[in-house]
Amino acid sequence: MFDLDRWREIFQSINKNRLRSVMSGFTVAFAILLFTLLFGISNGLGNFFKTAFADDAQNSMFVRVWRTTKPYKGLQSGRSVQLKNEDYNFVADEYANKIEYQSARIYKNFVIKYKNEASTYSVMAVNPDHQFLEKTIIDEGRYLNERDIREKSKVIVIGRLIKKDLFGEKPAINKRVIVNGSSFLIIGIFSDDGGDNEERKAYIPVTTSQMMYGNNDYISQINLGYNPNLSTDAAIAFGNKMERDMRKRLNIHPDDQSALSVRNMAEANKFVSTVSFALFIIIIFIGSGTLIAGIIGISNIMIFVIKERTKEFGIRKALGAKPSSIVGMVVQESVLITTIAGYAGLTLGTYILSLIGNSLEEKYFIKDPSVSSGLVIGATIVLIISGLIAGYLPAKRAANIKPIEALRAD
Amino acid sequence: MIRIEKLHKSYPIGKDSLHVLKGIDLHIKEGEFVSIMGSSGSGKSTLLNIVGLLDIHDEGDYYLNGQLIKDMNEKKAALLRNKFLGFIFQSFNLISYKTAVENVALPLYYKGIGRKERLEIALDYLEKVGLKEWANHLPNELSGGQKQRVAIARALVTKPKVVLADEPTGALDSTTTDNVMDLLKDINDEGMTVFVITHEEEVAEQTKRIVRLKDGVIISDEFTNAGKLPKATKAV
Repeated sequence: MFDLDRWREIFQSINKNRLRSVMSGFTVAFAILLFTLLFGISNGLGNFFKTAFADDAQNSMFVRVWRTTKPYKGLQSGRSVQLKNEDYNFVADEYANKIEYQSARIYKNFVIKYKNEASTYSVMAVNPDHQFLEKTIIDEGRYLNERDIREKSKVIVIGRLIKKDLFGEKPAINKRVIVNGSSFLIIGIFSDDGGDNEERKAYIPVTTSQMMYGNNDYISQINLGYNPNLSTDAAIAFGNKMERDMRKRLNIHPDDQSALSVRNMAEANKFVSTVSFALFIIIIFIGSGTLIAGIIGISNIMIFVIKERTKEFGIRKALGAKPSSIVGMVVQESVLITTIAGYAGLTLGTYILSLIGNSLEEKYFIKDPSVSSGLVIGATIVLIISGLIAGYLPAKRAANIKPIEALRAD
Repeated sequence: MIRIEKLHKSYPIGKDSLHVLKGIDLHIKEGEFVSIMGSSGSGKSTLLNIVGLLDIHDEGDYYLNGQLIKDMNEKKAALLRNKFLGFIFQSFNLISYKTAVENVALPLYYKGIGRKERLEIALDYLEKVGLKEWANHLPNELSGGQKQRVAIARALVTKPKVVLADEPTGALDSTTTDNVMDLLKDINDEGMTVFVITHEEEVAEQTKRIVRLKDGVIISDEFTNAGKLPKATKAV
């Protein structure tokens, strides 16, 4: 393959026939450019869908309650529904094998004060599993643990931005802050990919909250992470069953949507994967169509080129060129042009995609459009193969024409 | 060098076929300077193409340098052409995007000779045909006579046994015709077999032996005055 003289012949032929080389190169470059842009943009759409739900775990479920809007079993409408520890335990016992993580949530807003700095923050009382459900990232120290729950410890995990507000650059771990008038020990500092709001929160043990603020067993919400081994459909069925069971326990009308809801990420996941799949099919269809059009384009040009060069091949054969050397020359030239042009298209495409970046996220739901290196390599291989085919078939035919006929051609 | 026995060739034309060569017997020894004369349609070009392995005969035997030419594929033919034959065409058939010296060097490329060496050899041959200063010109910058001399240098560069010339002067005026014929005579004097196809009497007369073809058969085969010189070879 690496024959310096052969390359010299090819470069000479490309150089002396610039127009046709550029033309065939342009076809390929354009096809690959479109292909790259399409793929990148579809990836961008996919990325948007994925990150739109990135704040919470992909398998999370939320059980939430409000006021009833329908009378049921002799109970009036407008009744405020309250979740309690017993409901939490019921879920834990009843669906143990379907649940990976489970946490209660109680929402509070408290002033947190350190020395002269103070501000109001959202403080959530939770169980240790909440870390995984919320995808909380511990930067320093630790999260809540079962012992904190058992002992109703007055400990707090604060968000990165709370730490910044109250402590600035100074260390905050093992310092005490005043939360709603009581002293809490900072055991950990976290960050969260969900954005600034998520990092202006603080977590305390659910039992501590129940003891200190009302001394009851009320909880605001039950958060679950369903067993990731469940299929999406099984997870949806699980969510529906739990919703029916909870309505029965809490005496809520089966159709009273405002009183209780189970938000199930499995449903969103199903939607996302369906949309992504449809998108993928469309892209494959259009993308491969574009590629094929490019390949056909270059094949056409190659046929024309070879017809134009038939006489030259005849001369070369009269001078002693073997058919294989002519086929090899044409194929190598075609592969060279397709590879270079394709690579140019690819580079231009990735460059344009990088320029687009996240600028289309707000309006067009395209986030970080890009193509993977695997795809780049794959497309390059497709290009080389198509260059091979595009060059080989017509060259083979031309090389087998008897030299006398080739010489007669004009 | 070239022995042809009962050679037949026909071309299909639709359902019929055109019988072009009807039993040619010809023997050309090494070092001969032969011209094939005939009007167009006499089969002389077909004969040259078969001798030059550019085309395949239907019947009869053809021996080149003692080797029976049979079941030729393109690859074998290409090797033999490169080794034994040099071609000169009426329309020169230079490759338009290559310079004179590159055109001359091309057969050496197919012989597998390195670039530097083949350009040196090619330059020597260009000098021989008097075109050394034109080495780096493209064919379209040369006159017809110059192009044909480049083509002759290209035909000679591999030191072939036989030089085949198909109407080498057909596209040239009379002065350049003489130049080209002088070159061919020089080549022949060096011992190379030269095989010229022409329909011009003046050209044929400068060769040593004239074979006349009409309607696919040889009607005469005689030595010219030049051919009757003591050194010349006798026909069989």
